[in-house]
Amino acid sequence: MNFKGKVHKFGNDVNTDYIISGKYKFKTLDMRELAKHVMEDLDPDFYSKVVKGDFIVAGTNFGCGSSREQAPLAIINADISAVLAKSFARIFYRNCINTGLPVVECNTDLIDSGDQLEVNLSDGIIKNITKGIEIPIKPLPDVMIKILNDGGLAPHFKKYGGFNL
Amino acid sequence: MGQTIIEKILSSHSGQQVHANEIVVAKVDFVMGQDGTSPLAIRAFEDMGGKEVFDREKVAFVIDHSAPSPIEGVSALHKLMREFTRSKGFKMYDIGEGVCHQLIPESGKVGPGSLVIGADSHTCTYGALNAFSTGVGSTDLAGGLISGHLWFKVPETIKFVLNGVLPKGVYAKDLILYLIGDITADGATYMSAEYTGEAVSALSIEGRFTMSNMAIEMGAKAGLMEADEKTFKWLSRYTDKVFTPASADPDAVYAQVRNYDVSKLEPQIAKPHRVDNVCPISEVLGTPIQQAVLGTCTNGRIEDLRIAAELLKGKRIHDDVRFIVAPASKTIYLDAMNEGIIQTLVEAGAAVVTPGCGPCVGTHNGVPSDGENVISTANRNFKGRMGNSNASIYLASPATVAASALLGKIADPRDFIR
Ligand code: SF4
Repeated sequence: MNFKGKVHKFGNDVNTDYIISGKYKFKTLDMRELAKHVMEDLDPDFYSKVVKGDFIVAGTNFGCGSSREQAPLAIINADISAVLAKSFARIFYRNCINTGLPVVECNTDLIDSGDQLEVNLSDGIIKNITKGIEIPIKPLPDVMIKILNDGGLAPHFKKYGGFNL
Repeated sequence: MGQTIIEKILSSHSGQQVHANEIVVAKVDFVMGQDGTSPLAIRAFEDMGGKEVFDREKVAFVIDHSAPSPIEGVSALHKLMREFTRSKGFKMYDIGEGVCHQLIPESGKVGPGSLVIGADSHTCTYGALNAFSTGVGSTDLAGGLISGHLWFKVPETIKFVLNGVLPKGVYAKDLILYLIGDITADGATYMSAEYTGEAVSALSIEGRFTMSNMAIEMGAKAGLMEADEKTFKWLSRYTDKVFTPASADPDAVYAQVRNYDVSKLEPQIAKPHRVDNVCPISEVLGTPIQQAVLGTCTNGRIEDLRIAAELLKGKRIHDDVRFIVAPASKTIYLDAMNEGIIQTLVEAGAAVVTPGCGPCVGTHNGVPSDGENVISTANRNFKGRMGNSNASIYLASPATVAASALLGKIADPRDFIR
């Protein structure tokens, strides 16, 4: 998995209410519609600024708060290719693996808004093209790689008829 | 090597001795979904090729987040849930029954030593009954519905040793807010919290639910306590099922042990817009408020309503305040009626809404206006949480909320409690 795009940087503790507010998520299963409101409490123009393939980059504890799977789904549908953060909240992290949104734990201090990145998940390397540096990635546990390789938990279940980890 | 509570429960449910950081596939005793998460889970269930749920007696859906439905879109999702539960033949708690995290413990199906997953982040609440219960997303929920299993990373544990006696006017809510402020919103990420010590033993089950409920606000996967006489007495109202409690071994290994003396604790407030932005009440006394909320899965239980009613009996809330009360379940609502609590609260000026999440998550039932301050017994004060990003939410105990409703500004409940 190889992605290229521009960075949209956020701070620490971006919670799922900020990713997609409860006032929208209960209304619909149309994720394209929800995507229009991604991050809107932190940056009202976020959706219109994103170009397909861009990255969300954040500090610690990204995705804390509710268990809403609409959060990763809305991010995917806003055409974000991956989320990079120093750490993730655990339910959000599981939801990303299950729905197929790549999440990368790494030191994000040397990444700023507007930077061009190239992220290669298989090689475990992030290239910050703007700054001309490489940043190592914390590798994923095997169980998660297996689920991601199957395309998420639903395809995994379809393939094996249950857990096969 | 000794085991923590969560290591014991994950061992008994995976059929092997496990310790922190191992990954296991474990059997689950109960699977729950609510109306914000179940619709997506139904879709995932179908994508996974699911036919039936693994055990009709061990799964339930709850309509509590937007109950009754405020708009067409939600009505359609509720209908989807009704049709699904009917066709699969399992229990659905429809509008008016209450909040999932009160209903599942009241169902009598979960208790000491149980392993529960729920598609709601506050599923950690049942840790108060010595159950390892944790929040998952919709796809995990679907996997659980189909297989009765889920994979877990065995978390490390932080032990909170809480000694001393809570002063008058200071409650479990103040204690957990204090702990969250101390350890911060991600201080226990990926970990399990174990609460122990004389202050925990002294708490009612209601107070313990409050403590376990908010474990997620420090990032924890679970907030566990040992079972005792109080636990079994509380459960006996709902079931005669026999549970196997899990207790920590004396030589269990902890990531951290944190000791606290609670005897000097003041009422605590979480200021906008973070749950770990906690201060002693003295710092924010007098802040004007326009809305007060008593309820939610954190503090909508009978003891909470009782405390507020005692404080408000024969009094009238401030003219500038809307006071919204949402009992956490129908059973609590009825108990509160029988005790005259509802009468007292309504006479004091409360607007009682349907048992359920009430205004907690901003879908309906009291969305604040721009620039308004809300004081609430809920567990989250994120910007926009109650449906308006230009409002501010302060979190507090039921006593503090009642005292503040009375004065129209943040007020110290100790001034009213003898
Ligand atoms: S009361 Fe609030 S926190 Fe609790 S389950 Fe409902 S929405 Fe979530």
